Amino acid sequence: MQYERPETLKDAVGLLSNSKGKAFVLAGGSDLLVRMRGEYIDPDVIVDIKNVKGLDQVAKTAKGFSIGAAVPCAELGENKALKKAWPGVVEAANLIGSKQIQGRCTISGNLCNASPAADSVPALVAAGAKAVIAGPGRKRRVAVEKIVTAPGKTCLEKGELIEAIELGKQAARSGDAYLRFIPRTEMDIAVASAGVNLTLDNKGVVKSARVALGAVAPTVVLVKDAARAIIGTKLEEEALDKMALACAKACNPIDDKRGTIEFREKVSGVLAQRAAKIAYARAGGK
Amino acid sequence: MSGIAVSTTINGDEVEYLCQADETLLDVLRDRLEMTGTKEGCGTGDCGACSVMVDGRLVCSCLVLGAEVQGSTIETIEGMADGADLHPLQQKFIEHAALQCGVCTPGFLIAAKDLLERNPNPTEEEIRFGLAGNLCRCTGYDKIVRAVQDAAQEMKG
Ligand SMILES: Cc1cc2nc3c(=O)[nH]c(=O)nc-3n(C[C@H](O)[C@H](O)[C@H](O)COP(=O)(O)OP(=O)(O)OC[C@H]3O[C@@H](n4cnc5c(N)ncnc54)[C@H](O)[C@@H]3O)c2cc1C
Ligand code: FES
Ligand code: FES
Repeated sequence: MQYERPETLKDAVGLLSNSKGKAFVLAGGSDLLVRMRGEYIDPDVIVDIKNVKGLDQVAKTAKGFSIGAAVPCAELGENKALKKAWPGVVEAANLIGSKQIQGRCTISGNLCNASPAADSVPALVAAGAKAVIAGPGRKRRVAVEKIVTAPGKTCLEKGELIEAIELGKQAARSGDAYLRFIPRTEMDIAVASAGVNLTLDNKGVVKSARVALGAVAPTVVLVKDAARAIIGTKLEEEALDKMALACAKACNPIDDKRGTIEFREKVSGVLAQRAAKIAYARAGGK
Repeated sequence: MSGIAVSTTINGDEVEYLCQADETLLDVLRDRLEMTGTKEGCGTGDCGACSVMVDGRLVCSCLVLGAEVQGSTIETIEGMADGADLHPLQQKFIEHAALQCGVCTPGFLIAAKDLLERNPNPTEEEIRFGLAGNLCRCTGYDKIVRAVQDAAQEMKG
């Protein structure tokens, strides 16, 4: 196996494009190294992107935030401006693993690992985040919900990597939140999870919303019917019930010892309701 | 031996070594540099026995490649005591009998030191959450939490 640490994006793309055999991007390594050790993968080339200029930064841009692909999740929690604008995204990223894992893991890696239970992904999807993809061709921006195509699979082509995740400016009277259910209190994989982002009008009525569920289908799902159920409401009980029903319908979960289908369908709705209430309060609604 | 040449600073000393691409920092510390204070429990990021600081961040050294730390500053358990003077956390772990077999102890000490540096006055809950990435099969955690609380008191002076 060959280890490379390019310093420019162009070199990183070149290494990934021209490699013979299996090339893998290395960000925090908290999935990659575990899979190597378990002999699930046997890379020929590892391209460590942590020395690529600019990828280690969270930039405040005219449009919002750009989170470089090498920024560890611990740093997101320390970024006050990001936390203020997107508390749900930051709380999701900071649920990944332990303090030790946080010191290394990235949201781009969480996304590209393509686990249905990845914690930061439902929050990013709810937030309408976009992935900036660099590759041999033109740079492209893809909505986060379009990146993962199946468990363990992404739409990235050979030679491509995610350079950054972009979050817009949070509109006035908006809030986001993320919740997951795990059997323990920390260090566990989500059995069901929900991310909600919403914007209120000046009367406290939900004007727009995005609801995303994790761990209840082969990929994270954006549930448009769940958002529709709460748009035009102040999250009255009836609206929340409709939302939970829409969530249950959108589930296509596995049935395992950690959670039955029935359990996951029910809990995803409950989590979405609770996350919606938190997001609503964060948006200034009462 | 051929390999990747890496230069780092470990506990304040400049250290250079050669390693293979697939060797972890944990392997390098233990097997090449004979710094066996850092322990291996699981090798997959779950137990925290291998905790070290890399450029000021708490990490599992089993999930870092030896080659990745080129130019980095590393702190391990070997650098915690000042000669014969134990760090207050080390002293309190002894006083509270916060260890039995001791395999988890270096990892707990490194993680607890980072915790107290970031939050000198943690609640019990903050300590338990902060150390959730460190597993102990012997003590039942309670004595570890007490030792950290006591060390926090002492370090505040
Ligand atoms: C003990 C432990 C606990 C964990 N707990 C959780 C948890 O609670 N929740 C959770 O969601 N996950 C958890 N994880 C999984 C993992 O930590 C996360 O998925 C993490 O976000 C992965 O990020 P990374 O930077 O470490 O990825 P890496 O391991 O570096 O990469 C993961 C995959 O994505 C690819 N990749 C990485 N970055 C890019 C990029 N920029 N462009 C293209 N491809 C890329 C890599 O090639 C690899 O295939 C845990 C892991 C461990 C070991
Ligand atoms: S040996 Fe590294 S976390 Fe267990
Ligand atoms: S003292 Fe034995 S594992 Fe903690």
